[in-house]
Amino acid sequence: MSETHSHSASYVRREMLPQQDPPALQTGAVKWLRENLFSGWLNTILTILSIFVVYWVLAHILPWMLGGIWTADSLTECREIRDQLYGEGGREVACWAVLVDRWHQLLFGFYPDDSYWRPILSLIVFGAAVAPVLYESVSRKLLLLTPLAPFIIFWLLWGGTIWGPLAVLAGFVLGWAVFRFGEPVIGSLGATLAAILVPILYWLFAAGPIASGLSSALPIGIESVPSDDFGGFMLALVIGIAGIVLSLPLGIVLALGRQSDLFIVNKFSVIFIEVIRGVPLIVWLFTASLLLNYFLPPGTNFDLMLRVIIMVTLFSSAYIAEVVRGGLAALPRGQYEGADSLGLDYWQSMRLVILPQALKISIPGIVSTFIGLFKDTTLVVFIGLLDPIGFSNSIRASTDWNGVYWELFIFIGLCFFICCFSMSRYSQFLERKLRTDHR
Amino acid sequence: MSELHTDTVDRTIDRSQMKVSDEIAIEIVGMNKWYGTFHVLRDINLTVNRGERIVICGPSGSGKSTLIRCINALEEHQQGSIVVDGTLLSNDLKNIDRIRSEVGMCFQHFNLFPHLTILENCTLAPIWVRKTPKREAEETAMYFLEKVKIPEQADKYPGQLSGGQQQRVAIARSLCMRPRIMLFDEPTSALDPEMIKEVLDTMIQLAEEGMTMLCVTHEMGFARQVANRVIFMADGQIVEQNEPEEFFLNPQSDRTKQFLSQILGH
Repeated sequence: MSETHSHSASYVRREMLPQQDPPALQTGAVKWLRENLFSGWLNTILTILSIFVVYWVLAHILPWMLGGIWTADSLTECREIRDQLYGEGGREVACWAVLVDRWHQLLFGFYPDDSYWRPILSLIVFGAAVAPVLYESVSRKLLLLTPLAPFIIFWLLWGGTIWGPLAVLAGFVLGWAVFRFGEPVIGSLGATLAAILVPILYWLFAAGPIASGLSSALPIGIESVPSDDFGGFMLALVIGIAGIVLSLPLGIVLALGRQSDLFIVNKFSVIFIEVIRGVPLIVWLFTASLLLNYFLPPGTNFDLMLRVIIMVTLFSSAYIAEVVRGGLAALPRGQYEGADSLGLDYWQSMRLVILPQALKISIPGIVSTFIGLFKDTTLVVFIGLLDPIGFSNSIRASTDWNGVYWELFIFIGLCFFICCFSMSRYSQFLERKLRTDHR
Repeated sequence: MSELHTDTVDRTIDRSQMKVSDEIAIEIVGMNKWYGTFHVLRDINLTVNRGERIVICGPSGSGKSTLIRCINALEEHQQGSIVVDGTLLSNDLKNIDRIRSEVGMCFQHFNLFPHLTILENCTLAPIWVRKTPKREAEETAMYFLEKVKIPEQADKYPGQLSGGQQQRVAIARSLCMRPRIMLFDEPTSALDPEMIKEVLDTMIQLAEEGMTMLCVTHEMGFARQVANRVIFMADGQIVEQNEPEEFFLNPQSDRTKQFLSQILGH
């Protein structure tokens, strides 16, 4: 009991205290500096030491980077220019000229020079298609583009007749139509099965002939570019983005499957996830590039890049499934019961109540899986696809640039960093936006 | 009788609409339920007429929550039959969803959806289950939010509301489906004393309008003044049921006497 109250047990406050500002020394930059940098002699020493280390590192790297040489045709020429500028053995500087000389290979691989607009346009289309999905403030009209974007991008990148992608697209429309008009007749389960089976049969047997028939009747198309010409950072982007876009829905379905009470669905999901996750990605990539040929009928030419995309997708979907399962498990059972008690059916309660919350919890995990997937695309170099790392090797193999290491890797690292860092920042933005618990 | 008077219900209750009809709302016959080998509900027989207000009480672990959760199939029973509104509860999912959309339920921990606003919480089921147009569903939601006296919170998120307000939203959310039966699973147990009253008032209001209600609750004041029947459960069985006056003044079984002395004794 405090001194003021000690003389008697009864005490009545007559007036309530108004709010006051904190003391001046307890706010602002001075307080921050004192608390965070110089709060004691040990921290002061550490602060000074840290500043010195940062200075020392930057003092070595910055002159090397900023003094770099941008115009030269080979590493030898680079060194001559350096010696002229700084004197023999005076100073090491970067030779950025290699990037000026070979940026197109690092970015586009062997994609035809006169068609660089196609990957660039694809990137713009992709940006426009995902913008309304990622940001609510973007016009909703762009959402119309989103389902079409994969077909547009596929056609732009690989070229060829426009009827191919259109014939594939028609399969989705067909599936939708089967479901839409079949549901009243054969019930929702039958309609769902039919909506899956009919398009698959259509793609297997009808889509090819229809596309080739149409293209011979009405040849509209652009120059076809084979997958072998894809390379550089573009290859990493194509594989990475395709993997990310495809693995999220697949991962969610697997996570739901693993939670399911249906025995077969449950066990299939568990086995799929554990087998895929238990084997290194590089093994799956070799499986894709070598082993699959043994299983496919002779004569089928199944595009290597497509195989890699499928493998990368399956691989990361197993991880996504586990991350999402964590989110599902973190939800209190009351949420499932609340949704059930209102009469929502399984898919409605998943879509409207459970998944929005589970995915929100899983955002950091999902995004770090995506980042991992995107960086893992560099592994395709081992099965002979020329990703940026692959090109860095081939650039060094040329006589002009034999001996260039840092410049190439810094550039490649920077490209990956920009993408991964944006994903990370976006995930933080999303977490803040979706926070509804206490604001 | 002063110990039975809790101050949670302080207004006079309008009994003009509280009519028990002959129509049967829920009929439970010979129902048994096990958790693994544990026999939680033993030979439950219960008929609820339309317009009845039943309070179920009993010590914890007596199976009272499990009983009302069986009525909308949140728990499945292994033996016996439950008929809700003329529909036999079976394993058919369509059937279960239909019963759930006719039977409203309020939980101890409210179970509002934290990612949706209050209004969205209330319109979700009408829009997706009943296929009500959005505008109409919103009008209904606002009507019921006004009824539970929190229309001004419609655009907030559940996390911004007090417990009592959240429970009232949960009641409004159930009412938006226009249920014919309401189940309450300890609706005030997670609330501060100050907020219990506002939730009970809402429940009394519902009772006054003639809603068929089954409440698992420890609010004996509510039981005495609103219920037309009190059921006492222990060890998974219905031990005693009676009109509230009789139940509290003249309990028959020793188990009931012991329970009542424990909760009213202090």
